[in-house]
Amino acid sequence: MNKKTHDIELRLLLEAIYLKYHYDFRDYSSASLKRRLALALERFDCETISQLQNRVLHNEETLPELLSYLTVQVSELFRDPPYFKALREEVIPHLRTYPSLKVWIPGCANGEEVYSMVILFREAGLEDRTIFYATDINAEALKRAEAGRYSLDRVGLFTENHRQSGGTTSLSDYYTAAYGAAIFDKSLKKRIVFSDHCLASDAVFAEVHLISCRNVLIYFRKELQDRAIGLFRNSLPRNGFLGLGAKESIRFSSHVGGFVDFNPTERIYRRRGDL
Amino acid sequence: MSIKPEVVVMGASAGAIEAITEILSGLRERTGAPIVIVVHMPSAKDTHLATLLQNRCSRPIIEVEDKQPLERGHVYLAPPDYHVLVEDDTSLALSSEEPVNYSRPSIDVLFESAADVFSQLILGIILTGANQDGAKGLREILDVGGKALIQEPTEAHCRAMPDAAIATCPDARVMSLREISQYLNERI
Ligand SMILES: C[S@@+](CC[C@H](N)C(=O)[O-])C[C@H]1O[C@@H](n2cnc3c(N)ncnc32)[C@H](O)[C@@H]1O
Repeated sequence: MNKKTHDIELRLLLEAIYLKYHYDFRDYSSASLKRRLALALERFDCETISQLQNRVLHNEETLPELLSYLTVQVSELFRDPPYFKALREEVIPHLRTYPSLKVWIPGCANGEEVYSMVILFREAGLEDRTIFYATDINAEALKRAEAGRYSLDRVGLFTENHRQSGGTTSLSDYYTAAYGAAIFDKSLKKRIVFSDHCLASDAVFAEVHLISCRNVLIYFRKELQDRAIGLFRNSLPRNGFLGLGAKESIRFSSHVGGFVDFNPTERIYRRRGDL
Repeated sequence: MSIKPEVVVMGASAGAIEAITEILSGLRERTGAPIVIVVHMPSAKDTHLATLLQNRCSRPIIEVEDKQPLERGHVYLAPPDYHVLVEDDTSLALSSEEPVNYSRPSIDVLFESAADVFSQLILGIILTGANQDGAKGLREILDVGGKALIQEPTEAHCRAMPDAAIATCPDARVMSLREISQYLNERI
């Protein structure tokens, strides 16, 4: 395929989605978008991105499904156990000193990360004084997150991750198995607020003590990463914690001066005080 | 006189460590186009491949972080459990989307996105391995005018991957590891 044409079509499609539906993918990493779109073209039986654009503009039912292609929902409970271990052993002792806590999980996908966090806080005895904000731009993902239902064949991995993260309880205490699914306990949702929030276009909505935003920024270009990290910076009090994905870093961001390393291996940072 | 590649992408699977060590240990110091490598490793989270290879290579070996800029004379390794892609500005981006060819990182994913950005300024290399990952990506590289090398299958620890690449890319050059190393020193 002629590369130039392809790039033009991509830009036009993203502009169309933005103008019509206000979802802003214009500053997403194009390498990944192109891959996702190639899959979407197959699914929607379109030969070109222009055809897909036509369909997105004239058939409003296309967008929700297209969103599931443009965003990546892959996750696990206690994904990267050493990260959760570091939260447990190094971050929790600091959080314990606050009478009430707020935690924000931007890009919560199907909820794996927020349930991990609630379980970890329950084990640490901090759940009752904490509010968890679980946000995403994908409405379907948020619904699945709220349902807290995962295929039973993934639970073995979740259990092993939880154990490696230093879990002090048994993961099976938190779900019931039925019809090939593990359904996580309603009580875990008591302190969670699920909500639509876009790191590309929405503003700060609360002051929070811990932000865990993992494997979301990798899909953004640097400019958009900067916007998102700016939001995090403005949502955190002095010494507030920011945790990123295993291979993400604020090293290449313009906000690098706004944070200090807390646990560099696990990509946990603290908000530096303003001068 | 043909154009010099600005980036080298390399993929290997079963037998990768020995093959890549042989190539890297033969390289001259800190010159040449950046080399980006995808290696399939089972349970790679426990083995730190970069450290392992660094002992045998005079060029800095870096495990890719998201939005890592490419520098000449450096070698980049895909981290376990992430695809590596090339951005428009030639920095490296990561993705945790589904495995491709049962692999994450996948060689095809890197090769295809690198071909898209670098067009004819790219050299792709397929080494030993027991699957077919990379064959499609190497074809893409040749189709955009880039260059392609494949490890001589009879020499490979596992010849399935070179064989698959030769099948999709009969126009690629087939070489031994030593020749590949030499080629990189002299031509890149
Ligand atoms: C790979 S998942 C991350 C899941 C989990 N945090 C983890 O690390 O396992 C990425 C999520 O980011 C969401 N996302 C993408 N763009 C976003 C944006 N602009 N604002 C908020 N969330 C976004 C996607 O919908 C997707 O659910």
